[in-house]
Amino acid sequence: MTAYIVRRLFATLPVMAVVALFVFFLLRFAPGDPAAIIAGEDATAEAIAAVRAKLGLDRPMVEQFFVWTTQLLQGDMGVSIFSNMPVTRLIAQRLEPTVALTLSTLFVAVGLAIPIGVVAAWKARKLVDRLVMGFAVLGFAMPGFVLAYILIYFFAVQWQLLPVQGYQPIREGLWPFVESLILPSVALGITYMALIARITRASMLEVLAQDYIRTANSKGLATDRVLLLHALKNAAVPIITVIGIGIALLISGVVITETVFNIPGLGRLTVDAVLKRDYPVVQGLILVFAGAKVLVNLLIDISYAFLDPRIRY
Amino acid sequence: MFKRILAGALALAVPFAAGQAMAQEKVLKAVMHADVRVIDPVWTTQTIANIHGALVYDTLFGNDADQKPQPQMVGKYEVSADKLTYTFTLRDGLKFHDGSPVTTKDVIASLKRWGAKDGVGQRLMGFVTKMEPVDDKTFTMVLKAPYGMVLESLGKSGSSIAAIMREKDALTDPQTQIKESVGSGPYIFAKDQWVPGSKAVYLKNKDYQPRTEAPSSFAGAKVPGVDRIELVWISDPQTAMSALVNGEIDFYEAPPNDFLPMLEKARGVKLMKTGKIDSTQGFIRLNHLQPPFDNVKARQAMYYLINQEDFLRAIVGNPKYYKVCPALLTCGGPYESVAGREWMKEYNPKKALQLLKEAGYKGEPITVLSATDHATITPATQVLIQAMREAGINVDAQSMDWGSVVTRRAKKDPPAQGGWNIFVTTSGGVGSANPVLHTWIGAACDKGLFGWPCDAKIEELRNAFGMAQTEEERKKIANELQGRAMEQVVYIPFGQWDTPLAFRADKIDGIVPNTGLAVLWGITKK
Repeated sequence: MTAYIVRRLFATLPVMAVVALFVFFLLRFAPGDPAAIIAGEDATAEAIAAVRAKLGLDRPMVEQFFVWTTQLLQGDMGVSIFSNMPVTRLIAQRLEPTVALTLSTLFVAVGLAIPIGVVAAWKARKLVDRLVMGFAVLGFAMPGFVLAYILIYFFAVQWQLLPVQGYQPIREGLWPFVESLILPSVALGITYMALIARITRASMLEVLAQDYIRTANSKGLATDRVLLLHALKNAAVPIITVIGIGIALLISGVVITETVFNIPGLGRLTVDAVLKRDYPVVQGLILVFAGAKVLVNLLIDISYAFLDPRIRY
Repeated sequence: MFKRILAGALALAVPFAAGQAMAQEKVLKAVMHADVRVIDPVWTTQTIANIHGALVYDTLFGNDADQKPQPQMVGKYEVSADKLTYTFTLRDGLKFHDGSPVTTKDVIASLKRWGAKDGVGQRLMGFVTKMEPVDDKTFTMVLKAPYGMVLESLGKSGSSIAAIMREKDALTDPQTQIKESVGSGPYIFAKDQWVPGSKAVYLKNKDYQPRTEAPSSFAGAKVPGVDRIELVWISDPQTAMSALVNGEIDFYEAPPNDFLPMLEKARGVKLMKTGKIDSTQGFIRLNHLQPPFDNVKARQAMYYLINQEDFLRAIVGNPKYYKVCPALLTCGGPYESVAGREWMKEYNPKKALQLLKEAGYKGEPITVLSATDHATITPATQVLIQAMREAGINVDAQSMDWGSVVTRRAKKDPPAQGGWNIFVTTSGGVGSANPVLHTWIGAACDKGLFGWPCDAKIEELRNAFGMAQTEEERKKIANELQGRAMEQVVYIPFGQWDTPLAFRADKIDGIVPNTGLAVLWGITKK
């Protein structure tokens, strides 16, 4: 297993190199010029050219790529064109809100979706099942930002139960921290919850039709033991896979959710950097996201071996 | 077990107590039109960098609500009889945030840097032969010819204010951003708490000594009225509006026009016009280098496609917030003029096409840079495209985000090779009120702004305005300038609208109505 993990970790290097290559050149080929944005509305073409030269953006693309990758290999992601701050510092500043939002969403989504998926499978084709499936369809169909505005309108503006926007770090108190994450987690998690609930139901239905479940029921095991110990464990592999895929969904969803709820996380940093053409920041962020995705995939692959003893690497 | 519960409760209570201590502070939470990403107001012309600059730095002069320059850091000044030598003396008690006194060395270095970068500063420095310190508090500025805009330039509040920095910061190349933002203004920038793209924090400068005169726009007393200002960046306008209604923020600088009716009805929220002539002017820029608009007759034909009401209804909606203004110099401003308005009397698409054909247009595609993500420019561009299509013009509408328009409009190539024919933009009503500050009215050919109008007479008139010694003379020149610029079609205006700010009237007080730049000094928390 250790050899496998080490091998997989090394295999991420070429993946990251390809990501770095693509992100660098795609950004440069995309329209837009940070120098024009920095120079401002009333800047002349000469003033823009002067800013571009100062930023080194007038140099050949290959040379710029070489400079960036050399810095990268030394652990330096460069400096933001606008704020003059190191990209690593900008990312570090924004990491906590995104991690908190992702974990709270995972917590809400997985914590609710798996039980309702199990119940739906147990009560297949009954009212509970239909309600769960109805919720799943609605969860898929409704864009997260629409739900976000609906939640803000009722829970924040009308009933004033929760804040409209912002993020409170946990060091400022547990309740402010939790309070600031409730609405964003629900808005972000709803699609994810629908997806996991649906897959849990389908996977459980398949397992519940197996002979060993019939045997377990026949020998008089309690329903909860049959469902949770016998069925759910054997249905877990596809569920874990979907949770893993869902993390990629969460990363893209975080961009919108953080914007609507004004959470200063990596998603908002990405949108702002793309709109401003802040190349070093976008490049750094894409590498971080790609690295996170590769790592999540690795963790999921490893978890298979623990859940299903037949799987060995 | 009990001990563990108690320890847990204490652990939760400590941050709560800290939060209560923080609550004793008077904190102003404001959402501005953009996020503070750049801390050097000279390096960029971005308005948000100037709002930051106005909090942190002070200026020698400040233009008041009537756009008249009033001393700010300067205690007294003298102008020689031949109007060639200005002697400025700094007032007592000026200190930078690091505790060092403000000296004339700092002032001269700052003015040199600003004068090398800012358009108005460059024009001023074109007249300056030397600046020399007399002592730590007095310096002279010597001109080669009398220039009537010296003090107005030093006190301007639009883009790139003449911020006074420490000499060591001011010696930074103007093309390079300064690393530390240490000024002598009413608020201190808390760089360690700055999260670019999210929040910029300013702390009260307890050592600041405001002037004794009443605040008026960019002039008078700059009283730091709260302990802490947080410029919170909320990029989604719907969220920002909800946060204001919910009382989570106190001040919203630029609510989109669509939200004004809702904000008018919201309890505790008030709207406020930010100054006498503060407004936005929308206009269409034609590329004078490329056919068909290299021909003045083709440019003049475009006037017949403009019904300002159509544009203003699409952008603003409520007539309370807009006015039809077929002029280049701000309507309601000191140099408002009727010259050239006859060009915009009639909306007649057929006539527009006929005049275009007479100017040699044969149905070639006309490339319009169509921004898709701008609250006002996007609808205005759609109205223009519709009018052009109604006339039968072959429109090549190229949709892109505003960042891409900004890049592409700098290209002088033919449209088929990545250039353009038309784009739509806006300008601040304050800058547009003054022929020297209004850079879009210029026609300096290659050295001018995108579209590159080229007319010696226009430039001559702008220079003459700067050198005029009396207000009467200025008005006469401004009138002549507008007439000439309308005839040459430096751009086509499509109206003027107000940009009110919104704030919690139940929580804050003392907003200084400004002209050209939202300032936050003077605001107190109830």
